[in-house]
Amino acid sequence: MPEMGLPHYAGTRERVTRFALIAGVTLVLAFLVAPLFIVVPLSFNNDPFFSFPIHTYSLRWFRDFFSNTRWIAALENSVVTAVFTTVIASTLGTMAALGLARPNFPCRRAVMALLISPMIVPIVIVAVGDYLLFGFFGLTNTRTGLVLAHTALAAPFVVITVSATLSTYDPVLTRAARSLGASPLAAFRRVTLPVILPGVVAGAVFAFATSFDEVVVALFMTSAEQRTLPVQMFSGIRDQINPTIMAAATLLLALSTALFVTVAWLSARARRVKT
Amino acid sequence: MTPDLPTRSQPAGLDRAVRKANRPASRASFSLAIPLLLFLLVTFVVPIVSLFAKAVDNPETRSVLPATVAALDAWPGAGAPDEAVFAAFARDLARAASGRTAAGLGKRLNYEIPGMRSRVITAARSAGVVQAPFKAAFIKLDPVWGDPIVWATIKRDGRRLTPSYLLAAADLRQTADGAIVPAPADQRIFLGILGRTLFIAGLVTVLTLVLGYPVAYALALAPPLLASVMMLCILLPLWTSLLVRTTAWVVLLQTNGVVNDVILALGLSSERLQLIFTRFGTVAAMTHIQLPFTILPIASVMRTIPAAHMRAARSLGAPPAAAFWQVYAPQTLPGVMAGGLITFILSLGYYITPALVGGPNDQMISNFISIYINSELNWGLASALGVVLLVVTLGIYGVFLRVVGADKLRLG
Repeated sequence: MPEMGLPHYAGTRERVTRFALIAGVTLVLAFLVAPLFIVVPLSFNNDPFFSFPIHTYSLRWFRDFFSNTRWIAALENSVVTAVFTTVIASTLGTMAALGLARPNFPCRRAVMALLISPMIVPIVIVAVGDYLLFGFFGLTNTRTGLVLAHTALAAPFVVITVSATLSTYDPVLTRAARSLGASPLAAFRRVTLPVILPGVVAGAVFAFATSFDEVVVALFMTSAEQRTLPVQMFSGIRDQINPTIMAAATLLLALSTALFVTVAWLSARARRVKT
Repeated sequence: MTPDLPTRSQPAGLDRAVRKANRPASRASFSLAIPLLLFLLVTFVVPIVSLFAKAVDNPETRSVLPATVAALDAWPGAGAPDEAVFAAFARDLARAASGRTAAGLGKRLNYEIPGMRSRVITAARSAGVVQAPFKAAFIKLDPVWGDPIVWATIKRDGRRLTPSYLLAAADLRQTADGAIVPAPADQRIFLGILGRTLFIAGLVTVLTLVLGYPVAYALALAPPLLASVMMLCILLPLWTSLLVRTTAWVVLLQTNGVVNDVILALGLSSERLQLIFTRFGTVAAMTHIQLPFTILPIASVMRTIPAAHMRAARSLGAPPAAAFWQVYAPQTLPGVMAGGLITFILSLGYYITPALVGGPNDQMISNFISIYINSELNWGLASALGVVLLVVTLGIYGVFLRVVGADKLRLG
């Protein structure tokens, strides 16, 4: 029997346990990953069914996606909303993280608890509250309203990611820049920002993904005109599931994989810089 | 030149002096967080406060029957009110009939006394033609207007704030004389829904812990390359859109889906099972979605436990199981708490997955909030259910902050 990371003095029983652990963990990892990719082959199925085996493959559902104005409009709405959300959330979140990283920040625990609470509060409550208040200001069924609501949900991700990067940042660098005559803004732009940039970009990618994937607030806050891609998918699945949804799911899966690879690459780079 | 240092005999004064000297810098740090705090105040805190307000807001009776509510102030509460009240009632209803607001009032009173909706609408329709004496005319039209309970209800509903939605969310109601009693059996559904929500969230939490703990342990034992492949398997689902993951489960659990294919192939059942729109499907999909949230905090705690601890236990004679359970496992408890609590909190608020994968008996409290807003148009009750959900969630968030801390939350 192989060593499986066990010390040489391990007994048979321990080896069996270790083997069971490896087998079990393999199954759980398969449970985690396999369901994600089930939609990929189905989106290339020429027949409008959602079951296996697949007889002929084609791109017809992707053609359908890209030629259907409703799906294209939803895609465009999602991208525009997510881009605006990312810009605002990254700016506000990075500023807050910079303040929180300073040793003299007052009531840090309470402020941090408040800043990350949008990740905790059930999304339906946020959606209903936003609908009530934004309706009062005439912001429901507008893209502005959706961007504002999404920014509140996305900002905590930026705060957390940038804070994690700042925890390894040496504040002496800023002080050195200041002592050499840099203004606070110049010290941030020329010294701090380049060092923490991977964290800021990772936070921005999180913010983009948060807005791009968000369904519930978008369901409450949008009419047909501002309908986003996830809302279009949600109503599609609920009413009459059709194969174009599989194509949309495959495209979203490709996008999230790309975002994930970006963040993984950034954090690997950040680790390299640190050591 | 050295600055004058305070002597050691004045520690309190020194403390104050240091704090005072630091105040501008402290204020500067805080000011960096102000834009985000203000933004969240407007787009997050105020909306939630307005939800709380909506749960006790009571505008219908006040706005439709202003004169009646004012006239009822003088009514002692026993017997039918006097002619002045009925005259005001006739005026209010006539205005309501022309402004088409009677239906809203009828709907509101119907929450308190079933059957009132049609009676209010009928009364409003005849309000233009009834002649004085109004009291006799209304009672002749419908004897219900002679019932003191109806007037006591209108008087109570005339107040600016009402506890009735919050009471309804706790399966309670207020009788005409103000006593709080259990709601009628056919309306006593909300504690059951809350219980179901807590049960599903708890079950998902336990399942993710049982499945996730060994994964986190294997992650800590694995050599670096294998560990990064495993990490990829954990993080990729986290990055995948929630809707894509739910779509995948809809496809998997169908009658013709892959899960049924596997069950047939393994001979576990001779026919295809109903898996979608069931509790099993909901819990399976939610467990899949929450698993990374549980694994990551446990793994990050395990990473900090030195391997030497287990070796030391073994060299001192502990059998492998005892070394694991008595030396290793207790040290992982903070991670288990963090992962379990975060999954429990997030599971409480599920909406999309039960809506698409669950059946009618698997809908959670969020789904009912949405139903009461979108189909029943009962904002008060929806908001009251929101308050219940929020209070439960914040209570557990408070526990999380206490035992784990807000700054321990990491993403991958």
